Amino acid sequence: MTTTATQTLTIDGRAVSIAQDRNLLEAIRRSGIDLPTFCYHSELSVYGACRLCVVEVEGRGVQASCSITPEPGMVVRTATPQLRKLRKTTLELLLANHDGHCTTCDKAARCRLEDLSRRLGVDRVRFQRTAAPKPADRSSPAVHREMGKCILCGDCVRVCSEVQGVGALDFAFRGSDTVVQPAFGRGLGDADCVHCGQCSRVCPTGALVPASDVEAAWEAFGDPQRTVVVQIAPAVRVALAETLDLPAGGDAFGILCAALRRLGADAVYDTGFTADLTIVEEANEFVKRVQGSGPLPMFTSCCPSWVAYAEKFQPDLLPNLSTCKSPQQMFGALARKLLPAHHGCDPKDLTVISVMPCTAKKFEATRPEFSTDGRRDVDLVLTTQEIGRLIAGSGLDLKTVTPEQPDLPFGMKTGAGILFGNSGGVTEAVLRYAAAVLGDGRLKHHEFTEVRGPEGTRIASVDVGGQTLHVAVVSGLANAKRLLAEVKAGRVKADLIEVMACPGGCVGGAGQPVDHVGTARACRAAGIFAADRAEVMRNSAENPAVGELYREHLEKPNSHQAHDLLHTHYHPRRRLGDLDLLLTTGEQRDRLLVQACLGTSCHLRGGQPMVHALVAAVEARGLHDRVDVRATFCLERCGEGPNVRVGERVVSSATVETVLAAIDEALVQA
Amino acid sequence: MSTACAPAPATPRAQFARVTEILDHHERDPARLVPILQEVQEAYRYLPQEVMAYVATALDLPPSKVFGVATFYAHFALAPKGKYVIKLCDGTACHVKESVPILDALRKRLGLSEAKKTTDDQLFTVETVSCLGACGLAPVVLINEDVHGQMTPQSAVRLVEGIVAQEAKP
Amino acid sequence: MSCTCSSTYDIDQAAIGYGQALDRTTRRIVLCAGTGCLSAGALKVRDALVRQIADAGLPIVVELKAEDEARGIQVGLSGCQGFCQQGPLVTVLPENLLYCKVTEADVPEIVATTLVGGKPVDRLLYRDNGGQACRGPAEIPFYSQQSRIVLAQCGVIDPESLEAYCHAGGYRQARRAWRDLGDKELCDLIAASGLRGRGGGGFPTGRKWEACRIQQSAVKYIICNADEGDPGAFMNRSVMEGNPHSVLEGMMIAAKAIGATAGWVYLRAEYPLAVKRVKRAVADAEAAGLLGDDVFGTGRGFRITVMEGAGAFVCGEETALIASIEGHRGMPKPKPPFPAEKGLWNKPTVINNVETLAMVPLILDMGVEAFRARGTKGSPGTKTFALTGHVANTGLIEVPFGCTLRQIVFDIGGGVVMDGKVCGEEAFKAVQIGGPSGGCLTREHLDLKLDYDSLRGVGAMVGSGGMVVMNTKTCMVDVARFFMTFTTAESCGKCVPCREGTRQMLAMLDEVVGGRADEGTLARLADVAQTVQIASLCGLGKTAPSPVLSTMRLFKDEYLAHVVAKRCPTRTCKALSPPEIDAEICKGCGLCIKACPVGAISGERKQAHRIDYAKCISCGACITSCKFKAVA
Ligand SMILES: Cc1cc2nc3c(=O)[nH]c(=O)nc-3n(C[C@H](O)[C@H](O)[C@H](O)COP(=O)(O)O)c2cc1C
Ligand code: SF4
Ligand code: SF4
Ligand code: SF4
Ligand code: SF4
Ligand code: SF4
Ligand code: SF4
Ligand code: SF4
Ligand code: SF4
Ligand code: FES
Ligand code: FES
Ligand code: FES
Ligand code: FES
Repeated sequence: MTTTATQTLTIDGRAVSIAQDRNLLEAIRRSGIDLPTFCYHSELSVYGACRLCVVEVEGRGVQASCSITPEPGMVVRTATPQLRKLRKTTLELLLANHDGHCTTCDKAARCRLEDLSRRLGVDRVRFQRTAAPKPADRSSPAVHREMGKCILCGDCVRVCSEVQGVGALDFAFRGSDTVVQPAFGRGLGDADCVHCGQCSRVCPTGALVPASDVEAAWEAFGDPQRTVVVQIAPAVRVALAETLDLPAGGDAFGILCAALRRLGADAVYDTGFTADLTIVEEANEFVKRVQGSGPLPMFTSCCPSWVAYAEKFQPDLLPNLSTCKSPQQMFGALARKLLPAHHGCDPKDLTVISVMPCTAKKFEATRPEFSTDGRRDVDLVLTTQEIGRLIAGSGLDLKTVTPEQPDLPFGMKTGAGILFGNSGGVTEAVLRYAAAVLGDGRLKHHEFTEVRGPEGTRIASVDVGGQTLHVAVVSGLANAKRLLAEVKAGRVKADLIEVMACPGGCVGGAGQPVDHVGTARACRAAGIFAADRAEVMRNSAENPAVGELYREHLEKPNSHQAHDLLHTHYHPRRRLGDLDLLLTTGEQRDRLLVQACLGTSCHLRGGQPMVHALVAAVEARGLHDRVDVRATFCLERCGEGPNVRVGERVVSSATVETVLAAIDEALVQA
Repeated sequence: MSTACAPAPATPRAQFARVTEILDHHERDPARLVPILQEVQEAYRYLPQEVMAYVATALDLPPSKVFGVATFYAHFALAPKGKYVIKLCDGTACHVKESVPILDALRKRLGLSEAKKTTDDQLFTVETVSCLGACGLAPVVLINEDVHGQMTPQSAVRLVEGIVAQEAKP
Repeated sequence: MSCTCSSTYDIDQAAIGYGQALDRTTRRIVLCAGTGCLSAGALKVRDALVRQIADAGLPIVVELKAEDEARGIQVGLSGCQGFCQQGPLVTVLPENLLYCKVTEADVPEIVATTLVGGKPVDRLLYRDNGGQACRGPAEIPFYSQQSRIVLAQCGVIDPESLEAYCHAGGYRQARRAWRDLGDKELCDLIAASGLRGRGGGGFPTGRKWEACRIQQSAVKYIICNADEGDPGAFMNRSVMEGNPHSVLEGMMIAAKAIGATAGWVYLRAEYPLAVKRVKRAVADAEAAGLLGDDVFGTGRGFRITVMEGAGAFVCGEETALIASIEGHRGMPKPKPPFPAEKGLWNKPTVINNVETLAMVPLILDMGVEAFRARGTKGSPGTKTFALTGHVANTGLIEVPFGCTLRQIVFDIGGGVVMDGKVCGEEAFKAVQIGGPSGGCLTREHLDLKLDYDSLRGVGAMVGSGGMVVMNTKTCMVDVARFFMTFTTAESCGKCVPCREGTRQMLAMLDEVVGGRADEGTLARLADVAQTVQIASLCGLGKTAPSPVLSTMRLFKDEYLAHVVAKRCPTRTCKALSPPEIDAEICKGCGLCIKACPVGAISGERKQAHRIDYAKCISCGACITSCKFKAVA
């Protein structure tokens, strides 16, 4: 056999071998030149809009390197005077239309635009300022928008549709009027967004940022009246170091405990504890379902973005979701019930703060079902980014801080609880637990490598205690959507499906420190595995504090008490706020409002012909002067559609007859 | 004299029925979004949000995408247009033959501006287009479907006066 | 012998039938029913003609049908004949008389004098610059100087009749291509003809087809780009309105050559008549079985869908057009991959302009040699242009490549118009060619032989064929600003250089015409222009600066006058055109002195007054104050 000569291309005079690069830009970066870009993102499709990645290709002139394939023999220059000038002018043009208040910008010092302007030496803007002030959108509890800072790179649009399959954001208008926004220019809180924050993760500027609660945290820490307890999620420990410009993946848990106490926390706990608890509850729920008490496959429910996605986009699957609350909310519920006594404080003075890698947890904490006596179980959710900012704001030099242990009892966790930070972690923890409970021959610390790995979707069959378990692990909601289609079509068999909204799981959460290079996630994932390995107890069944909790308060897994505190229920949610389509006109005021649902589920259940027939019937009976029929989009009872709301009442599985009967009844009453 | 737009379906129910018909005719194919919106706009004379939401649901598209498409193309209107849509050509041929003074005159007569395109009585909408393909007759004004060539500010205003007078008749 | 499947329409039979019906007519009157003539009242004239011919007791044939044995005068319609300015046009055959600007009131005279009396109505004939009446196209310089191939049948045949097209030789070449010619053979033939894309880029059509032909794919598409968004251009409109079947035939031949299974016509919605006629042509061709599941008995199918654009110039760009058909925002994508490899729905796709496609059957018919006999070596054949602006004869023309601007503007166009008068070369300032992507040609280019390469050489381009003539009273800064307004509004907003750069260029031009600019502005303008030109993603951005760069190069003095002397030499830009006192008219009454709020006017009584422009704020008060209209 002859060896094929390695094919090469020339980059700035140096030969570079051609590898599996997706495009010329990657080849150039591999060769050690960090070309500036805004609109290129290795996880997303190529867009080619920012034009910063321009290079000169001999014979082809100036080309955007992200948009062309490397070819053998290509001669490429990346830093000619012409290219420098083009990039600089392009940046200047962007800055002329940019609300550049860096000093008050959430992304300052982590901003690509700021960084590149400095790197390329843009020291003035020669053009007319075109940036018109645009009001900030703070309607979402998870992500804030400041479109005056948007450079229209489209990364958020692509991540939301390509990676998350949601499409809550898109471009609207054109030319210099172009904006990126939710449908009809509504706020993000009023859209079909599921709060995953991935858009803010990829946004190179301060246009999309995780919502910040730093001020409220300062207030809570500073209030002597309050007893402040903090829980720290597993994925935070491996990322915090990055906020100090230290390498990703190192375990900063002990330091964080110490720092939080210095900031004013009265106790520091570990969400890993409730993660262990989740495993116990969820594994037992799963066993019951397998024994016939519930629908399979069972889906995990610890990712609030996934839960919101299921509620908005896959309502028929809601019965398949585990009823377990997420570890954050299990912690919140337990804290409200047990910690006032434990800390000897008035329940109203107990402030529960979470430190999370996640923006969706901010949303989750606002859900009304997660409250005790009208008070949110979790008062404040801070992201890793925010905690970094709090520490920085306090002036504390972490290098001088000695690591400390968390408080007991809720500081006790096992390696399994830590695994939650990675996609596949919940599954592995369940498998370990099942192996232990079923008396599997394997070590109770067995590493189920078949559910580990960087791919977005993993399907595995695992033998545990003589039984074969079919599991699927998926991260990224678009992957989940594809997998669900396969499962529904019967092409994939799975009993347990773990869904995490963020690619790679919580280590890739949107609350984690900004990582423009894109290498941090793998380091954090490795850090999670290392932290698991460093624990003595690595199986949720081993957690003594969990055992004690059952003995003293919850009786046994899935008991009545456990259900009360640790489980919840889901309901379909409309994707868009109010939007009614008038179907009749009438003279009278105060007509009886009839809203016929034409949301996706009702639509699929034959809502539309029914609505046509209904309106015809209403008109035929001359009722339109007394009845105001409208089409609406989701009455949040999707499983029972088609639904029609008549006055206060919702008629499910509606037919023209049943709705007319309900109308008659309502009119008689009125 | 100019004819008004083809009558849009009169009742909300008829409009809604029409939209459903349009969707069915295009087999609810998301790729047909542009022609669907064009036809829907004929039924409503513009694209109301709720109707876009309905189209999005029926085509299984994110509403943000439908809005994105609707706002990209100049023909789609997000607010109702007047009964008479006056399109003044400002293509090259018309521009060099002084179309701008015609625009100014029309706007002045109707109290409209760059930002305000439709009269309060919903009778007139004045907009510009780039070339109606009748450059030989430049400058050109289109009122609904009717082309009027070799216009002057005076003759354009006269056309408007004619319509106003005609509309004033009971 | 060709097979005669009963399901397939017999082209030859249709042609013969139509020919016989034609032969039975005693006389034919063809009214132009293109957009221009229709708007000028062509249909009223037609109705009046039909009525009055009948009233005069003359036999009349309404529709030409093979089976109809009727004899008499036929009154038919055609597409645009290119001379819209003179419309409505009425042609009387067999004499081939062309009547211009015909109104209803002229009809009785036409009936009496021509139809009954057999004599021309002199006053309706076109008069050339010398005032000489011209009987028909052969005598009218506008027509006689042209070389009409693509437009040959436009304005002659009935665009709504499939039979008429067949009678004119239509669909023979499609049949030959599908039945007798190989796909490679077809690509080679078009390559040999040297045909270059008429959509603007001038890319060799044969090469484009071949690139698509060699792709392995069961599904391929051919798209006819009929988006003609170039302001000031209407060549494609006229072809579609006047001879829609020729475009379909071109698409069928292309489909055979590349192996396309379906075709699309992406047609500008601003052209309702073209939409109607192309849809009608598709429906007729389908009904006749020319389009469908079994084209010419080959067992292979080909269908055409017409899609209307929704008002976005950028959708003329290939990738944006594809995005638009697929139901997305019309935002361009980086090329490669080229549509020939990955186009519509990621399938190999050829996109060709209307005129390119309409040219294809003609080339097959006349042969490569005959085609190459026209035009230049690098740019064979003819090209249509929309000749507009300050020219005596505006309209649609077709000339061979290699003819000169002088021939177009002066011989065909009849000279430059200024202040309502036809003038000579001294009134000629420039021609803007290629629309918003193109550049200017000036007096020094009058004798340049026009083709793709020569124009590129002087910083202009053939473009799609818009040709706007401008007289010396046109302000070139204003023209550049006009194009910038257009491209800024039509930029899709995707890439930074175009989105932000065009609006900045426009802002700077606004400063120039508003008198707020200095030489630094011009330097910055040139700088941004260069960035937009080189770094933009698609052709729109890459060419958007051309009009600015071209006028800055050719009319530098005019720019300098705006920024340094703060004067608009043509007095077009209001802010830079302060009033002037006409010394001839001024009576020296002094009223304007009182009116001027800044004391800028001075002068002796009864002597002509003067304005001190260092003080004048262009408020216009003096204009209204003067009773003698001496100030303007
Ligand atoms: C902004 C822009 C607008 C264009 N508009 C048109 C158009 O209206 N018609 C057209 O045929 N080509 C247009 N083109 C050129 C087309 O992209 C394409 O090159 C052409 O249709 C190819 O056909 P041809 O090879 O037959 O010329 C446009 C290109 C750009 C960049
Ligand atoms: S987005 Fe970046 S450049 Fe803009 S204000 Fe914020 S930090 Fe500064
Ligand atoms: S860098 Fe300059 S402008 Fe920015 S904060 Fe410091 S002093 Fe102010
Ligand atoms: S938070 Fe997630 S779902 Fe919401 S817009 Fe951003 S990416 Fe889309
Ligand atoms: S919001 Fe951010 S990610 Fe989205 S387009 Fe704007 S700058 Fe890009
Ligand atoms: S994967 Fe983790 S970080 Fe991402 S949304 Fe879900 S819980 Fe939050
Ligand atoms: S050059 Fe202009 S039209 Fe083309 S992609 Fe860029 S912004 Fe859009
Ligand atoms: S008002 Fe008129 S006529 Fe009198 S001085 Fe002034 S310009 Fe001359
Ligand atoms: S335009 Fe106004 S300022 Fe200028 S000369 Fe006339 S009156 Fe005086
Ligand atoms: S990274 Fe290539 S154009 Fe933005
Ligand atoms: S779609 Fe949710 S209730 Fe109808
Ligand atoms: S420029 Fe006005 S019709 Fe063409
Ligand atoms: S429309 Fe009649 S000549 Fe153009």
